[in-house]
Amino acid sequence: MKKMNGRILTVVLFTAAVLFLAGITIAGQIYADEAMVTDFSRKNMPPCAEYIFGTDWMGRDMFIRTLTGLSMSIKIGLLTTGISSVIAFVLGTMAATMGKTVDAVITWLIDLVMGIPHMLLLILISYACGKGFQGVVIGVSLTHWTSLARVIRGEVLQLKEAPYIKVAQKLGMGKVRIAWKHMVPHLLPQFLVGLILLFPHAILHESSITFLGFGLSPEQPAIGIILSESMKYLAMGRWWLALFPGLLLVFTVVLFDVAGESLRKMLDPSSAHK
Amino acid sequence: MKDHLLFIGKNILRMILLLAAVSIAAFALMTISPIDPLQANVGQAALGSMSQEQIAKLEAYWGVGTPPLERFLSWASDFLRGDMGVSLLYRQPVTSVIAVKLANSLWLMATAWVISGLVGFLLGVISGLKQGTWIDRIIKGYSLLIASTPTFWLALVLLMIFAVWLKVLPIGLSVPIGLEASGVTIADRIQHAILPAITLSITGISNITLHTREKMIEIMESDYVLFAKARGESTWSIVKHHGFRNVILPALTLQFASISEIFGGSVLVEQIFSYPGLGQAAVTAGLGSDVPLLLGITMISAVFVFGGNLIANILYGVIDPRIRRGGKRS
Repeated sequence: MKKMNGRILTVVLFTAAVLFLAGITIAGQIYADEAMVTDFSRKNMPPCAEYIFGTDWMGRDMFIRTLTGLSMSIKIGLLTTGISSVIAFVLGTMAATMGKTVDAVITWLIDLVMGIPHMLLLILISYACGKGFQGVVIGVSLTHWTSLARVIRGEVLQLKEAPYIKVAQKLGMGKVRIAWKHMVPHLLPQFLVGLILLFPHAILHESSITFLGFGLSPEQPAIGIILSESMKYLAMGRWWLALFPGLLLVFTVVLFDVAGESLRKMLDPSSAHK
Repeated sequence: MKDHLLFIGKNILRMILLLAAVSIAAFALMTISPIDPLQANVGQAALGSMSQEQIAKLEAYWGVGTPPLERFLSWASDFLRGDMGVSLLYRQPVTSVIAVKLANSLWLMATAWVISGLVGFLLGVISGLKQGTWIDRIIKGYSLLIASTPTFWLALVLLMIFAVWLKVLPIGLSVPIGLEASGVTIADRIQHAILPAITLSITGISNITLHTREKMIEIMESDYVLFAKARGESTWSIVKHHGFRNVILPALTLQFASISEIFGGSVLVEQIFSYPGLGQAAVTAGLGSDVPLLLGITMISAVFVFGGNLIANILYGVIDPRIRRGGKRS
């Protein structure tokens, strides 16, 4: 590892993580129908060469079920982080640029959302949307923008006072041109990294809320459903139903973290020499 | 002193305003819900076989048909008098339901909060001091891994290991099954709270460890620590005089701000261990359309979260002399 240039290693890590995640998503999509296949001749099988994650009480292949569930989680994660980061960007910049009143209102709004415990707010929103897919997407999107909005607000506020922006203003550059030429290049990397680092949270919260029974319906092979079903069979010693899907979920979340962190390293000029 | 009081007063006022907003937001969310409480709790089949009068009676009980604003105002005025209504599922005043559940949860959350705070802080300091060594790598790797692990899965795994395989700890509930309330000993209670508390502590540690580690590294690289080293101060003396003081403030703030996270974790953990606390009650209330109970729990937990933030703000002034002096000058 020492021999490889740190930067190249980061790029390799990033690509590997992204490829792997894309692989899971696509594989889950392809095998979506197979995940539903029940076969009672092979039920309750512990992990073996043919079914590496074992099978459940209906003879479903747990490996394929897990893949489909994760693929679903990743897709929901992409959708929700997309929405949340747009909210964060719009509100963050608005707070920083549109005067004191707007700033106070938005800061207050952030405090409000952060004041209700995350899980509870998710339950509330999911309840308001009548549970199901819609509730999960809206709930996760509406609860994850706060920290990123704070970061963006802080950055823009700092940027506004930066000498090179002041100079640009004195030189008579238009507002739009300053925003595009000087602010966007500075903000974009931070925004992108913040966005990717939102994924893990989004996925974890999606699976948690589904696990509790507020999210996706039991027919869908979501990872939260798989794990909550496995709970009933835990006392009977069917450990594989809970262990492997969970491990793969943790692995996925770690990969997103790796991708985000390595992207940050790549984009951050101050660590470029390391 | 006067500035201090003014500062605290302002923060309390802010907290009350936020609480009012929380209640409005939560109430609005529950009002727009398309879930019909009758369908959810009585069921389609039972409704079909009921007479019109019975249905009307049930509708009145679950509050179907009353305008939302009217319902909110009556709820709010009752709330201010300390009456949070009657839980529809438990058929008891919400205040007494919450009192019982909160007492159960508080045990759990307080233990997890203290353990995760202390252990996390210590691990963070050690890790920051030994940056780059294998101790640091293990601690950092552990924290990153735990941050990526869903709380409910961790709870499942612990349950599997300690309750199903090793059979050393009970599977769930806060008291042994089939025992009268008077026969429950403190030891029983502790034994049943061990697994949930450990799960919550394990997940709580990672955040504070990573944060403290970063701060500690920053401090160890600072000029004043370099100078202290040059003076010949021992590592322990440096940590004691320069490290702790600088690192404890952000750590405390973080820990008080993490009350919301611990609460969220307890919702999941209590559900898995069937621990009859506030979190489990919230899930039951949400699944069973028990609006008064869900509202009550939201308000109570918001009080805790805002209270935590308030304490963090006040502690800032107590611990950091710069903020104290700054307050006097302005």
